[in-house]
Amino acid sequence: MRNLIFFISKYYVFFMFFGLEIFSFIIIYRFNRYQKASFVNYTTGVTSSFYSAVSNTQQYFSLRRINDSLQIENAKLRSQLFSSYYQNGLSVKNINDTLYKQQYEYVAATVVNNSVTKRNNYLTLNRGSLHGIEPQMGVISESGIVGIVLSVSPRYCTVLSLLNNNCKISAKVKKNGAFGSLVWDGENPRIARLLDVNKHVPVASNDLIITSNYSTIFPEGIPIGKIYTHTLDAGDNFHTIKVELFTDFSTVSTVYVIRNLLKPEQQTLESTLKN
Amino acid sequence: MINPYIYVAFILSLPVTVKPWQMVIISFITGMLMDAFSSTPGLHMAATTLMGYLRIHYIRATTTKEDLEGRIIPSISQKGIVWFTVYAFSLIFTHHLVLFFLEIYGFSEFFSTLIRALVSALITLLLIITGQLLFYRSKVRNG
Repeated sequence: MRNLIFFISKYYVFFMFFGLEIFSFIIIYRFNRYQKASFVNYTTGVTSSFYSAVSNTQQYFSLRRINDSLQIENAKLRSQLFSSYYQNGLSVKNINDTLYKQQYEYVAATVVNNSVTKRNNYLTLNRGSLHGIEPQMGVISESGIVGIVLSVSPRYCTVLSLLNNNCKISAKVKKNGAFGSLVWDGENPRIARLLDVNKHVPVASNDLIITSNYSTIFPEGIPIGKIYTHTLDAGDNFHTIKVELFTDFSTVSTVYVIRNLLKPEQQTLESTLKN
Repeated sequence: MINPYIYVAFILSLPVTVKPWQMVIISFITGMLMDAFSSTPGLHMAATTLMGYLRIHYIRATTTKEDLEGRIIPSISQKGIVWFTVYAFSLIFTHHLVLFFLEIYGFSEFFSTLIRALVSALITLLLIITGQLLFYRSKVRNG
């Protein structure tokens, strides 16, 4: 027993180091997996207010650019207004439409924290559960998709960026509807890879890549990017496609979170298949 | 993708007289703060704790009695540029290697991660040395 105490007191620094390392690894195992990134929630409260202050200052300097992008978007929306359409019919009746039911709602949000240089990147937005944000909602910017909401606190939410090892988005080539999954290989924040496009499907440079209709997160047809390069290795069944993303993640500041109003219905139906 | 982590300069430049247990705790808390602000639970903690522990042994093996009595901090002006470069690079590289492999969580991109760690460590070293040359007054040792 005395020898044991002597042994421990001699190497106590090592034991302390060892204990702290074990503690760190427990935290990594427990919180660092994709679904369990909820550790962020604990620290979000403290660090988000800090990030908000930084972001408020930074936003002041990019007001002009934000203003420009808002103006462009306003013009686009204005052109979709009912009043900007030519009325062809002689009488206009207001009908409570049962053919068209609203499926998607958009919540505007501002990016308060962002990164593009790491292998796994996350964003923080200034909207949370008070504004109706829930995990697994899609996030888009005015130019293309950004990512998927990961965890939510009352006033903030974290977003799994497209530039993340764990992010896989269902996409398709607009021209012929060939679908695949979009992933990021960690090299260039402007370039992602489209996997699983069969080799018999013809693809060409500058083909538009859009979101597919197989996901409950994004509506169909949101632009993602265009084909940058494509190669077909001998003996490979799938194209190797590099996609140039429309969203510039290093400057993204105003985004929209998408709420799919019909998602619970679809998921309830699909969950009965699994049981 | 290069991302240097300059905060390790804090652990590198603690005085040599810091006690081993203090060293482990300080590096652990440094990692914890970094984790809180980069929303990476545990990654920096594991890397900095290892780095702090290795520093104890490195310092013990390479400092003289005079250094301890003089309560110096490991820096270019005190120990010379060659000593500092070897000391800083070995610890920074270990830290970055552990951090990047924990971040990717596997060995699926082994060589690209290795190169990323090496390049980032070199950049961190360069920035730390530049900072030292700029901001530390060079003291003449022993007259």
